Amino acid sequence: MIGLVDCNNFYASCERVFNPRLNKKPIIVLSNNDGCVIARSNESKDLGIKMGEPVFKIKEIIRNNNIHVFSSNFSLYGDLSNRVMNTLKSETKAIEVYSIDEAFLDFKDFIDLDRAIKIKSKVQKWTGIPVSIGISFTKTLSKVANQIAKTKREGVCILDNDTVITRLLSNFPIEKLWGIGKNYTRRLKELNILTALDLREAPTSLLRKNFPVSIIRMQKELKGNMVYDLEILKNRKKSICTSRSFGKEINDFNNLKEAVCNFANNCARKLRQENSVCSKVSIFLMTNRFNLTVAQHNPTITMHFDTPTSDSMEIISATSKALRLIYASGFSYKKAGVVLHEIKSNKQIQMSCFDIPKRKKRNKLMKSIDELNSIMGNNKIRFASQGFNEYWQAKRKKLSPSYTTKYEDILKIKI
Amino acid sequence: MTIKSSKKNKNPHTTIHNGVVKKTISIPYFEEGVSAGFPSPAENFMGEEIDLNNILINNPTSTYYVRVFGDSMRGAGIISGDLLIVDRSLEITKNCIVVAHIDGEFTVKRIKKTKKKMYLVAENQTYRDIEITEEMNFELFGVVTHSIHQFT
Repeated sequence: MIGLVDCNNFYASCERVFNPRLNKKPIIVLSNNDGCVIARSNESKDLGIKMGEPVFKIKEIIRNNNIHVFSSNFSLYGDLSNRVMNTLKSETKAIEVYSIDEAFLDFKDFIDLDRAIKIKSKVQKWTGIPVSIGISFTKTLSKVANQIAKTKREGVCILDNDTVITRLLSNFPIEKLWGIGKNYTRRLKELNILTALDLREAPTSLLRKNFPVSIIRMQKELKGNMVYDLEILKNRKKSICTSRSFGKEINDFNNLKEAVCNFANNCARKLRQENSVCSKVSIFLMTNRFNLTVAQHNPTITMHFDTPTSDSMEIISATSKALRLIYASGFSYKKAGVVLHEIKSNKQIQMSCFDIPKRKKRNKLMKSIDELNSIMGNNKIRFASQGFNEYWQAKRKKLSPSYTTKYEDILKIKI
Repeated sequence: MTIKSSKKNKNPHTTIHNGVVKKTISIPYFEEGVSAGFPSPAENFMGEEIDLNNILINNPTSTYYVRVFGDSMRGAGIISGDLLIVDRSLEITKNCIVVAHIDGEFTVKRIKKTKKKMYLVAENQTYRDIEITEEMNFELFGVVTHSIHQFT
């Protein structure tokens, strides 16, 4: 059996762990730059607040209902996510971390309602995060089970009985299935496939004619035949990207350079964490595509490294060279990003004959910088090109303290 | 810096370290540097280090830090400004010190159980015991395992 553990309203729940006054109060969490709603507590959902809603449109609802608003605090959410996953790993080694707030668990050995409830309580106790657990024969069915678990008081649902599964699937709208987006929903509905059961019972030949193989796989999974196995080994990332929307639009070259150099350094640091190197770096710039009254410019460029590298200095210098090539004055840029690709292990480096001298020394330097920053705080040691101006930083006016990752921010209690 | 263990609070076992409690800092136990020609008799004992993380933190996944202000737990050796190590995975035992919240407010107190009732007890006579009742919105955060007090 496969279990899907999903944290309930994860970001909103994280805000509550260290601030119990927020229990039973409506909470929303905003995207980078405090633009849109990206998470809601149940109370906010009940007030009719939609996912992705721009915050300026719901100002009145926020004021009238005393909704607690937070900027996204990813260092808090990331840390609590790790704790949830580690708690699950203490129960079973066979776990696939699917996203920041979801994990698939393989219960090859044994699972029943009691054990599932025990796991749920353990996560709640160790981390303060409420989760729901759905369990069934395949990933797709465990997703269905999870949605049903969310409506149950004990937060756990095991689907292992064919009659029950058939009954539930007949009430399960097709658009709520895992992996069915707007486009598929429309096309399936045209064929009168409205529920998960309709999809399961549809003639495979009809699906094959109209849809890609992923839908046929989904049909198999709904029948209880496993297609998607757990991906337990963490694959090396194919690319590493850091991109941000700016707090204020930028047209000045130096401000822009500072931003992309920070992104480049951030990517390089992540690359080193995974013991990887990259052969290419791309950068892109974007103007505000929602404001068609301003001139648009969305350039992108890719640079190559002769020898694959994870050296911040090399990656930063390639990035600023690239920026010089694509930057055009007179545009207001809203967003920029740096992407590293062609990533491989740092053990399989092909040296080029024109490699920089002192490569070993430079690697040592990077290691020391990473170690110092891990102790003293990110970017305590930085490259001059990263600057201190931080004009590019996103707006995060409602940020909660980083209770678990920043020494100055740990919970303070009056006793 | 002293590390007090709340388990043995009546007679606090005090050890003095001049180290900092941080992720990867450990204090070398033996130092190398013996003159050439003669093998060090300590060689077989090298590589052992005292790592405060291993000693103070049993379960990193469920361990959190909090800083406390106030004098209600002075008798237990928790002084205003101390850093507490809190383990959420531990079960409440008789007389353990806990972090809990009552009606949305965090507090740190000792648990006292009688046959029928449970109390949160301060370690300072000027504070009254708090009885935990059904109507209260009481929730346990975790069990305090250590208090770290900084002198300089």
